[in-house]
Amino acid sequence: MILTQASPGSAAQVAEFSNTMTYATMLVLVVAMIAFAASFAARRTQSIDLRQREPALVGGDTVTAAPLPTGTADAGPDPDPDEPGRRAGNIALSLSWLAFTMLFVAVVARGVWAGRVPWGNMYEFSLTSALAILGVYLGVSTRRDVRWLGIFVIPLVLLTLGLAITVLYTETQQLVPALDSYWLVIHVSMAIVCGGAFLIAGTTAALYLIANRAQRPAGGPLSKLVCAVGRRLPEPERLDRLSYRIVAFAFPVWTFAIVAGAIWAESAWGRYWGWDPKETWAFITWVIFAGYLHAQSTAGWKGRKASWLAIIGLVAYIFNYFGVNLLFTGLHSYGGV
Amino acid sequence: MSATDFTTHADPMDRQVSAPGGLGPIGWLRWMWRRLISMRTALVLLLLLGLAAIPGSLLPQRTSDSVAVSNYFTEHRELAPWLDRLGLFDVYGSPWFAAIYLLLFISLVGCVVPRIGVHYRTWRAGPPEPPRRRSDDPIVTGDSQVLLDTAETTLRAARWRVRRDGAHVAAEKGYLRETGNEVFHVALLGLLLAIGWGAVTGWHGNVVVRENTGFSNSVSQYDQFTAGRFVDEEAISPFTVRLDSFDVEFDRDPVQMGTPRLFDARVSVTSDGEQNTEFLSVNSPVKVADAKVYLIGHGYAPRLRITDSDGTVVFEDSVVFTQEDANYTSAGVIKAPDATPQLGFRGLFAPTAAISEEAGPHSTFPGPDNPVLFLSAFAGDLGLDDGVPQSVFTLDETDMEQLGLQSLAPGDDWELPGGQTVEFLGFDRWISVKVGHDEGGFWALLAIVIAVAGMTASLFIRRRRLWVVATDDGVSVAAVQRGRSASVVDRDELLRALR
Ligand code: HEM
Repeated sequence: MILTQASPGSAAQVAEFSNTMTYATMLVLVVAMIAFAASFAARRTQSIDLRQREPALVGGDTVTAAPLPTGTADAGPDPDPDEPGRRAGNIALSLSWLAFTMLFVAVVARGVWAGRVPWGNMYEFSLTSALAILGVYLGVSTRRDVRWLGIFVIPLVLLTLGLAITVLYTETQQLVPALDSYWLVIHVSMAIVCGGAFLIAGTTAALYLIANRAQRPAGGPLSKLVCAVGRRLPEPERLDRLSYRIVAFAFPVWTFAIVAGAIWAESAWGRYWGWDPKETWAFITWVIFAGYLHAQSTAGWKGRKASWLAIIGLVAYIFNYFGVNLLFTGLHSYGGV
Repeated sequence: MSATDFTTHADPMDRQVSAPGGLGPIGWLRWMWRRLISMRTALVLLLLLGLAAIPGSLLPQRTSDSVAVSNYFTEHRELAPWLDRLGLFDVYGSPWFAAIYLLLFISLVGCVVPRIGVHYRTWRAGPPEPPRRRSDDPIVTGDSQVLLDTAETTLRAARWRVRRDGAHVAAEKGYLRETGNEVFHVALLGLLLAIGWGAVTGWHGNVVVRENTGFSNSVSQYDQFTAGRFVDEEAISPFTVRLDSFDVEFDRDPVQMGTPRLFDARVSVTSDGEQNTEFLSVNSPVKVADAKVYLIGHGYAPRLRITDSDGTVVFEDSVVFTQEDANYTSAGVIKAPDATPQLGFRGLFAPTAAISEEAGPHSTFPGPDNPVLFLSAFAGDLGLDDGVPQSVFTLDETDMEQLGLQSLAPGDDWELPGGQTVEFLGFDRWISVKVGHDEGGFWALLAIVIAVAGMTASLFIRRRRLWVVATDDGVSVAAVQRGRSASVVDRDELLRALR
């Protein structure tokens, strides 16, 4: 995996360029976040009263099924082109694309500087993860209208980048020999993409819970806030469907990431699976998301319980990423923090 | 929705199971079985499996780090035996962990096997009759038979399964979703079997090899050897491995000072009368016969010569020292039973030596920049003839007298009070290798590849049904989709074709 190494003089410049690009990305993201916030605040709130009265309007009619949607319900095009905040949302989305491109350049520059794939330590891993979160979000945005989601995703990307450059930053260029493998490239890239997907799915699942709660009248100050946010979100069913689609995409990838990891472990340590803390938590994450997918077809588990599973799955993933690297001494504690 | 929605209640395993009212033991058994194979039980068992895996990541496990387990025992005298009784130091081999996954897999068989039957019959039966027509179905006006013909050709061209009779066309697509789901679950079972097969037919051993020494693949030569139930330990393939040289480099960059950057072991492998030179390194095991040789660890083996007071050499060899810290401060024991009196030494080897108040003699870098051997000598009876087996790493000092301490650089010698001399000649390196034979890995991988293929089909293919029903002045078109979202793309496409 060792590519050609840049000469030392220009190398420092490339590293510096990568860092500058990362900072610039953060700046663009801050602006995007403000635009997303403006767009979200301007959204029409859903009137709950109307929705709750709806069955009553139908009266004694036995019709309980939802009206037939026209067009592709799945793609969920914005029904209202005059939706307030649309312009701000579009600006925010364009800025997110710009940030994605810039961060991509930063990651590539980092790889060129190190002369290998840019995920040899936790700094680089986080940098690439931020790219993956943005990438998954933008990927979803090409198929659905998810401008309302931006205000929740961008801060998470900023947090990841902020942690990367402050706490996790390292100058190391080289890989420990155990990490120098093709399987590393496959395993880690898949795991990072899944991280991005799980994060978005977990966020939408949490938003589902909020939107669901917002269908009831607000009580205390906290629930007023929840309702204010929740009534600007799409209907809970759409949120639920979105997290399901994202998990459905990520779960097979996660399975392959684990398998690639097992193959790599075999060549490095002579066993496929050894219940090392990292492996154990990857397994736990896998099992929770398998449970999430099951819950979708289990009576009484759809909706709220399933959403909690998506959130717990995300927590397990994040714990595996930070907790296990920093707290345990396993074979995987290569963190290089 | 314009027709009966047939999402999840069509799942035969997901019906509400009510408790039997006085059905006797058979009734109860049937009830319990139904419970076990319900989706909800599967879900709970799945989550339980995740939960049960957690303690194994928090507590040291015998299977991966038995030293850490014994340390835990000394640190938590009261608690550790209790945890041990619960199997918490071998979670993944414990009966309760096994109980969860076995129940899960029984549930899986009970769930999936009937579904395969149901699915096969549904597939054979073809698309069902149209549901009771509803007024809001879109209508296409025209000659109904012509429209039905067009619908049939269009749908067949789009690879739907179509059933046509005088009054309607019924079409269905996406059977592979359910097939994929069943393939996935059966493949999971295959994975479990592959892992089980690997466990009973596999073996592996660990051995430490110094430069210019070797070992042959037989049980007695391994420091540690584990074999599955079906393995004939006498019949494992004969071969020998010899370590010719070992190169290792450490990072000198201040940020990750001392991190290993390269290991390269040159080994001569003799198998079937043929000798080959191979390079063994981390991430690239060497295949020999039906086994693989992995590089697991490495360290230093100081070389000494011990001469009796009369000038006879009573010991000359390198001795494996075990690594104590990241900078390869290494500890070991040297025994010279042929010396008179018998001699024993405790040694500390530092490849880059330093001495400090707190740490005493220790190493500051894993590479041999300034190798020093610190020795503590004992004379007397080593206690080797007591018949009690002794570890090569421990020195029984009960019948010995301490002679003194000395630090030696390569080439130095040390004359002991009794006239004997110890020379520190230098050092060899050693590697620890794992040799393993595994038949399960391939099958496990195959099972997983099939599982992922099935899962992908199950997650991305959508099961859809369409009905085109003749009316007085044309046809009405109804659509239903099994799954989560009410996509009516197909219906709209068909409508476009008909209009
Ligand atoms: C080893 C443990 C298991 C794992 C990892 C697992 C995993 C999965 C996954 C990932 C799916 C999603 C595929 C989809 O949505 O179509 C699924 C679906 C399903 N599983 Fe399992 N499963 C396990 C055991 C079981 C058991 C024991 C049962 C029966 C009680 C079962 C019954 C089902 C059914 C009926 C579906 C289809 C749901 C649907 O059609 O949407 N599974 N399983």
